[in-house]
Order: sequence, then structure tokens, then C-alpha cells
Amino acid sequence: MIAIDTKVDLSVNVGGLRLKNPVMPASGTFAEELTHLLDFNQLGALVTKTITSEKRTGNPMPRVCELSDGMMNAIGIPSKGADLFIDKAVPFYRNFESPLIVSISAPTIQGFANLAARLSSVPGVAGIEANISCPNLEAHGQSFGMQAGSTYKVVSVIRQVTSVPLWVKLTPNAGEVAPIALAAEEAGADAVVVGNTLLGLSIDIERGRARLGNVMGGISGAAIRPLMVRLTYQCAKALKIPVIGCGGISTADDALEFIYAGASAVQVGTATFLHPKIMNTMIGELEAFCQRKGIRSIRSLIGALDDSPAMPFGALP
Amino acid sequence: MNAIYGCSQADVVTPPDDTLAVVISNGWVNAEYKRLVLQADGAACMSQPGQFFNLLCPNEGDHKPYFRRPMSTYKADPETGQVEFLYKVAGKGTYGLESLLAAQTLEILGPLGKGFDLNPNWQHMILVARGVGLATLAPLAEAAHNLGIRLTAVLSARSEKSLLSKERFASLGADVQVVLDEDGSSSIEHLEQRLRKIIVHEGSNAVFTCGSKRLTRLLKRLSAEFDLVGQVALEQQMVCGLGMCQCCVEVFEVGGLKVGKRVCLEGPCFNLAEVVG
Repeated sequence: MIAIDTKVDLSVNVGGLRLKNPVMPASGTFAEELTHLLDFNQLGALVTKTITSEKRTGNPMPRVCELSDGMMNAIGIPSKGADLFIDKAVPFYRNFESPLIVSISAPTIQGFANLAARLSSVPGVAGIEANISCPNLEAHGQSFGMQAGSTYKVVSVIRQVTSVPLWVKLTPNAGEVAPIALAAEEAGADAVVVGNTLLGLSIDIERGRARLGNVMGGISGAAIRPLMVRLTYQCAKALKIPVIGCGGISTADDALEFIYAGASAVQVGTATFLHPKIMNTMIGELEAFCQRKGIRSIRSLIGALDDSPAMPFGALP
Repeated sequence: MNAIYGCSQADVVTPPDDTLAVVISNGWVNAEYKRLVLQADGAACMSQPGQFFNLLCPNEGDHKPYFRRPMSTYKADPETGQVEFLYKVAGKGTYGLESLLAAQTLEILGPLGKGFDLNPNWQHMILVARGVGLATLAPLAEAAHNLGIRLTAVLSARSEKSLLSKERFASLGADVQVVLDEDGSSSIEHLEQRLRKIIVHEGSNAVFTCGSKRLTRLLKRLSAEFDLVGQVALEQQMVCGLGMCQCCVEVFEVGGLKVGKRVCLEGPCFNLAEVVG
């Protein structure tokens, strides 16, 4: 009797790295403290909270508010600075086999380049995710990722100083995201992450004040998922480099929507706040889905969306 | 002052787990508060005084909390595996909790945070609490009782009716003193006089509080003046409860510097001397 190999290959290639599966945390929703609850070695990659060279205090309180099907945050990237990160956090993450992707931010192009160059030589840093898209840093949600020109400039300067895999996190707040993704690709990015939170404003009408101390903040959670799947689809169509999808993923079904739309991997964020073990669960569910569908490799589902035109409606009203 | 030990009397704090607990009972203790008793076992029932859980409150029905809700442990018993919470029914999260029936389940993430520190060499300590702060301090009273530390529990409330846990404190051998808004005995002036007398008379070593900013300011001042250990359990809006999201940061004063600390991880129990009042 011939044994049938039913094992599903969940591995994917993302921006210079071979990941054991497509599931990884979104920056800002993952930290060392999760180690008691989540098996880090099961994850495709480990993505840190965004670090900056300097110490930063972050935004005033309240920093979060809840929505009916999601949340808003304006945390403002509090950071203990790069020195402490390299001395304390990186050695901790070296204990795990999943590649460590360090999310970075800086107020200037040179600041991005300096931090990227410094981290590239730190053993244990497998890749860099340039967060050029945080809506909570500058007034009115401005960031490098809002325009193709500034995206090209900052990514090309980072590219010149580092040879480790470089992922670029884009923002859904730009009107047209695909041209900005193309600018990142042309500037030498190895992958793009689509994307950061969607800038919003929630108002407490009793007090006549914004619900967040920073007034505006980023929307995340299931509420934004269809929008992020659409952007993933558009970017994946336009780019040669891999797209990492992100936005409101809390089940394997959600993740598969992004993968069908063209994502080579996915990031899970807000869901981890509610269910800290959810990424481990999701990986098992992805495998079960592939088995049920008779799919040997999840790579065959990347961009597998059948978007051939539906039959035109053939009648007048 | 001698070295201070964690209530656990152990070097290692139990790491948190996300436990699917089963409701044993969920009854009213007065007109506003309910007591939820859960069968949790495992890590959950190892919760130490001052630690808390992040509860995935039910969100069926009219009230749909999106975030979990942090709640301090009212009682945790490793022998029975039971964990208890005392909560005021007010707001989306607790409306959902209120609906829980026996045999239903609830995901509880914990034990979380840093609890109170106790020193077994202390002779006497004072707890001063208001509102649901009484629930937070009840397990501390139990731990102190087990260490043979004499205890005065000053319970502050609007009226006799809204008092919580008086019997539980009394059963632990605490000298229970009730101060009320309705007769003016809970005013800061009266309370300060009362506390000064207790501290001098009992030779108190430490003061603890939870549930009121005014009480926190008063006890910070008195603990500094009498050189007592002072600790407070703080409340703050939280999302993850694990230190990741950085939404529960408060400003503290440490060695003349303003320092941000996460209430969920570096707290919720803090040194009163560091609290910025």
C-alpha cells in the first residue's frame, strides 16, 4: 500500500525570506510578553513594535477607543530607543527560530537610513520593515507613505545602506495606493505590507471632544477588512515583489481572502489583543483548509482569485 | 525597612494563560454589585492579591464590548480551582457579564500584572478602599491574615447599603471601620484624623488603597510623613492587558524623573511615593 502524503506545505517566499507559513504579527500588536501564550516558533515571522533611534513618550491619553467592530488607536510610537532594543529585545528574540523583522520609523529620511544601517549589522535581525505610514506621528496623518515621490526617496536611501530584506509598510490613507507601492518597488523594496491603520475620528458627543487624546487615530479590526483586501488586490496586480496583507484578520478565512487577493503572507494585529493565541490557531486552520480543498501548497492560492468578468446583466429595468 | 516579598512568597510569578472558565454562580451582593464565581483551575487560580484578569465579556445581545475588560481578582483558590470577581454592573462589559448563567463559559486571561508586596515581618497594616477598590483589597487582607499581620480595614462608601465585603474583612480578623458619605465620616478631613490615630496607636508598617484618587493622595501624604510603605492598585483603560499595546501608561515620579509605566504590566500595584497625584 502506498502511503499518501497529506502534509500541506504552508511555506511562502516573502521579500528575500522563506517563511514556514504566511502568518505573522502586525507591528505594534506583538511583544516579548506574549511568549507565555503564543508559540513564537510556529509563526512565519516575528515583527516588532516600531522602534525609533531616540526615546519617545507617545501620545496623550486616551490612546484607544472601541468601535462596534474594531478599534481606533493613537498610541504615537512610544519607544525606549534603539540602544535598549538592541541590547535587550534582540537577544530575547534570538531564542526563537522564526525570523525577526524589526519595524522602524524616523522623522527624516536620514534618520530612517541611519537606523536601518545600524540594525542591519545586528545579529538576529533578519529583515527591516520601514514604517513610512504611521498616521499618528505627524499632524493630520502625514507620513512619507502618503505620496509616491517621498516613498521613493526614503526607500531608495534605506536600500542604499542595507542589504537585509527590506519590507515597506504602506498606508491606506493615500488616495491611490498602487502607485505608491510601485514607487517602493522601484526604489528597491523586497516586499510591501498593505497596510497600516486607516485614519479616523471618533467623537464623544456628550463631552464634545474626540475619543482619542490625539484627536485622530488609526482604525483597525474587522471594520476595515474589505478595504484592505481591495488594496492588497490592487497592489499585488501592480507589483512584481510580494505583498503582505494586513487589516482585520482574525480567522484563517480572513487570511485566505487576502491570500486569494494576492498576498504572499498576512499580518495579524488587533485580533491578538482580544485573543492572544489566535495566530497559532489560525495556522492550524489554514492547514485544515488546504487539506479540505486538496491543496498541497498554500503558494498555489496566492492571487488565485477568479476575477474574470461576471456575465453582464442582460435585461433592462 | 526589611526586604519586601511578593504576596506569592515565591520568586516566580505564574505566567498568564487564557482560560475557558465555567460559571458556578453569578449572584447579586447588593443593589449594584454582583459576585461571579468561576471554575478556572490551572494558572488562573494562582492569582496573587492585586493581580487582575482581562475578561472576554459576552457580546451577544444589546451590549457589544469590543475590548476585553480588566478586572481585579476578588478571590483565587488553588485548592478548589475557583476564581471570583466582584463587579459593579455599569457599562457595556459588565452588562454582558451580568447575563452569565451557571454552566456558561467565559474566557479569562490571567493572572496579569504585578500584585501587592507584603513583608511577613510587619506587625500591622491599614487598608483604605472605596467602591470596587474593596474587592481588589480583599485578597490582600486574606494574605496578610495568613502571615499573621494585624489589619485595620477602613471601608468608604456612599451609604451603608453600598458597602461591600464588610463581612469578608471582618472574618479575616480585621478591625473594620466604616466611613460613609451620608454621615460625613468619609470626608478627607475626618478620615485623615482617624488614620493618624490608627497609625500612631497600632504602630502601622504599611498602608494600601484602591478605588479613589482622593484617598490615594491622602495616603501618599501620610505614608511619606510617617515613613510607611504605601501601595496603591490603579485602574486604567486597557486593551491587551499584557504590555503590548501601550494604551494604559501613567506618569510616575521616580528619583525626580517623570517616568511612564504600563498599569497592566509594571502595575497595577504601585508604590504610593511614585504616584503623581
